[in-house]
Amino acid sequence: YVRGIFKNLHGWFINCLRYLFCCFQDRAGQFFSSGHTNNWAVLVCTSRFWFNYRHVANTLSVYRSVKRLGIPDSHIVLMLADDMACNHRNPKPATVFSHKNMELNVYGDDVEVDYRGYEVTVENFLRILTGRLPPSTPRSKRLLSDDRSNILIYLTGHGGNGFLKFQDSEEISNVELADAFEQMWQKRRYNELLFIIDTCQGASMYERFYSPNLMALASSQVGEDSLSHQPDLAIGVHLMDRYTFYLLEFLEDIHPASKTNMNDLFKVCPKSQCVSTPGHRTDLFLRDPGSVLITDFFGSVRKVELTMETINLTDPIEQLESAESGELQKEMHTYADQLPVSEIIHQKPKQKDWHPPDGFILGLWTLILLVFFQTYGVKHLKHIF
Amino acid sequence: AMAEQKFRVRARALVCVFVCVVMCGCGRDDFQEELVIRPLHSGDIYTSFQFRTLWETDFTRENKVSHYRLFPKSLGQVISKFSVRELHISFTQGYWRTMQWGQPYLPSPPGAELWVWFQDSLTDVDGTWKELTNVLSGIFCASLNFIDSTNTVQPSASFKPLGIGNVTDHRFLRYATLPREIVCTENLTPWKKLLPCGSKAGLAVLLKSEKLFHSSFHSQAVHIRPVCKDDQCKTTSWELRQTLNVVFDLHNSGQGKNEWSLFKMFSRTLTEACPVASSSKIYIDITDNSQGEQFELSPATPLLSQAVVLGDRRTFSVYDLTQQITFGTMRSLNLLIRGKSSDMLRPLLHAERYVAGYGLQTGEIHTLMYNNHPYRSFPVLLLDSVPWYLRLYIHTLTVTSKGKDNKPSYIHYQPSKDRVRPHLLEMLVQLPPNSVTEVTLQFERALLKWTEYTPDPNHGFYVGSSVISSLVPSIVAMDTNNSRERPLFSSFFPSKEESSYFVRVYTEPLLVNLPTPDFSMPYNVICLTCTVVAVGYGSLYNLLTRSFQIEEPSPGLAKRIANIIRKMRGVPPL
Repeated sequence: YVRGIFKNLHGWFINCLRYLFCCFQDRAGQFFSSGHTNNWAVLVCTSRFWFNYRHVANTLSVYRSVKRLGIPDSHIVLMLADDMACNHRNPKPATVFSHKNMELNVYGDDVEVDYRGYEVTVENFLRILTGRLPPSTPRSKRLLSDDRSNILIYLTGHGGNGFLKFQDSEEISNVELADAFEQMWQKRRYNELLFIIDTCQGASMYERFYSPNLMALASSQVGEDSLSHQPDLAIGVHLMDRYTFYLLEFLEDIHPASKTNMNDLFKVCPKSQCVSTPGHRTDLFLRDPGSVLITDFFGSVRKVELTMETINLTDPIEQLESAESGELQKEMHTYADQLPVSEIIHQKPKQKDWHPPDGFILGLWTLILLVFFQTYGVKHLKHIF
Repeated sequence: AMAEQKFRVRARALVCVFVCVVMCGCGRDDFQEELVIRPLHSGDIYTSFQFRTLWETDFTRENKVSHYRLFPKSLGQVISKFSVRELHISFTQGYWRTMQWGQPYLPSPPGAELWVWFQDSLTDVDGTWKELTNVLSGIFCASLNFIDSTNTVQPSASFKPLGIGNVTDHRFLRYATLPREIVCTENLTPWKKLLPCGSKAGLAVLLKSEKLFHSSFHSQAVHIRPVCKDDQCKTTSWELRQTLNVVFDLHNSGQGKNEWSLFKMFSRTLTEACPVASSSKIYIDITDNSQGEQFELSPATPLLSQAVVLGDRRTFSVYDLTQQITFGTMRSLNLLIRGKSSDMLRPLLHAERYVAGYGLQTGEIHTLMYNNHPYRSFPVLLLDSVPWYLRLYIHTLTVTSKGKDNKPSYIHYQPSKDRVRPHLLEMLVQLPPNSVTEVTLQFERALLKWTEYTPDPNHGFYVGSSVISSLVPSIVAMDTNNSRERPLFSSFFPSKEESSYFVRVYTEPLLVNLPTPDFSMPYNVICLTCTVVAVGYGSLYNLLTRSFQIEEPSPGLAKRIANIIRKMRGVPPL
């Protein structure tokens, strides 16, 4: 009897150990399962004019969450098509609110907008995604992702079946977007990509994707409109769209160490709250969405790998002191005269660079020379000259 | 608390000594910050922050500078990579009202303005200018990449270098403005990050965007230039000045009460000076308040200072933030200014500009320059840069003062080239005393290609401000010494002679409507054409190819039933 109990205990103990071991392995496995080493975010608001305040507020609230969860400004490309915060219609300048009664200022005091105003065009957006930017573009305006980057792309604005309107003057179609993502895949510019779109008929934008490792969410299905949430009577416009409003509420509960996964994100804003039906697409994604953490895309959880090898650092650069000995021989510098009247009046006209004569003058001279040579012939020239 | 304070002071002293020891071998850099507050007679209040970093180093030598301490690395790299001799960039929201507020310490036009002097060793100035504007647009989060050859000019007589240097060949000067550029927190954030203490200590703690942009005028600027290291001026050092000018409105932010305090203006108070600053001071202009009859200042301060600025000798109360005693027992400084300032003198030079005319074809630009000095006349240099789509007719240029024609002693005009460069007009005009000089110029509006219109073309197109540079006679003798002991706000423009001081006045930018096509017309035309083609061609095609066949009409219901019965009976149908 005692032996039986002992055997049970032994078995139970072994099971416990095995369970703990599997647990640790699972956790360790989970830690390294996602395979990305850095995070990027491209957040775009495509609408202009004051009554589209809510689109800017949408983008800024996602920006705020993404920054709070750890992605630095250097890894965020923020594109706002119009300025709402310092717009002259804004009763509270330098603020953009997401909740009525001005509860939450999503603009904040520390914001860096990379593309603003007229720079937000379809061409610039596609150039950022594919990396084909002119050589003088500064680093903050580039998406410098590599094959181990997880990218979050968020688009908001006015859209329709298969297109998204940029700035009231041009459109991007779902085919163009799908092709851009394929270019990114072929150039190994992303590890995994999460695409969120909050427009009317948003699901049409992800219908045409065909590259692997893409997950997409939209705020409404084809044929449905995404609705805005609530107006603020002091500001006079609608402050946020419903889908992003509930997305913001969901993200406010996430902190860098949270374990919430994508299945919870799919449940954000059901039809009762959103009036439209949010959709998602995961067939191109290789991992199971239940094992994908929210912080894989919205946060920047760094994975540190320990190494035991020693690394030799080079000697620091010695800054040479500039020679002070020749000081006495130097002449005295002076400030330039700000308005040297006499100099200006007697200023010679700028020497124009010599240009070869223009077409008409050249033709006229050619004609004169031809007639001259025809009349007199070359042989008789010596009489003339 | 006492022991803690002693420890902090000792720790700071130790850090300073250590830093000094480390710094002994390298070029010295020095940081000063100051804030000037001037109550205006309309009840508004004008505050001007200046942060100056001086560094003895040579950006142009072969070995690249690798150790940056107080000077921001991003700007240092810009200077050395693009061979920049002087760089002046400003972002302004609002327009400076000279008649109500007097002259500013540092003038700036609405929108963004950038002017750069390059080193004379540079060969491709245009290419470097383009790259420089792109890099600066990344640093300051502004759309400066819209600066290209269509809005860049090379002034031949204005914008002489403000730093030391002998070269004044205007081939190395580029000037551009973007009058439509918006200034908001995203421009202030990188600007604050360039300061050595950031926005964590010293005067920069007061720079909170919600209050700064809720004002009548907001201007932030960065000025980089080489200056004399000392009085002998044998060696030069690089100076970086970051300035921020704000005018707070009495009714908007002040709630109508004639009582201003640091907390009311900035929603913050000061607790300490920036630890790396060699001087950190606040100056309050009390010239009109010698006996305290106009406004009172609290907490009181014994320090007084006089400085000659804008041609006038002004008296200032000084608060030295490097002294612990300034903060008092509460360890925080909240200045209180109660009362109004007296009427100010009329500014001597003032300018206005507007567009006259009607319709969308022609118009006229009028620039008015006021000389308010009772008996002295002085020369002004007017710089106008007009975009190519306003075609100026320079033969209609007239300059009149007091009803009579006033011929300018120097005119430089560079005509525009469509889509390549703008018009540039520079004139040196002598303004007679106590007069208004009017410059008129007629123009014609061009029709742009349909892709060149902005997404909101009915807002209009901006024409940048005119710049009027002048040497205005001063009331008191100016200080030509240019030594470094003067407060920062009085030492920005170098003065060469004692009887006059240099001033720059910007006019309003203009907003003109260009003839805008109806962008829905392509759609309308397609619909109409397709309808016409369908009706016309379709009818013709039908007429030609349609053939008619005779068909028996189907009989009515009664007849059909009768036919069925007849068929059943075997009788021929009806």
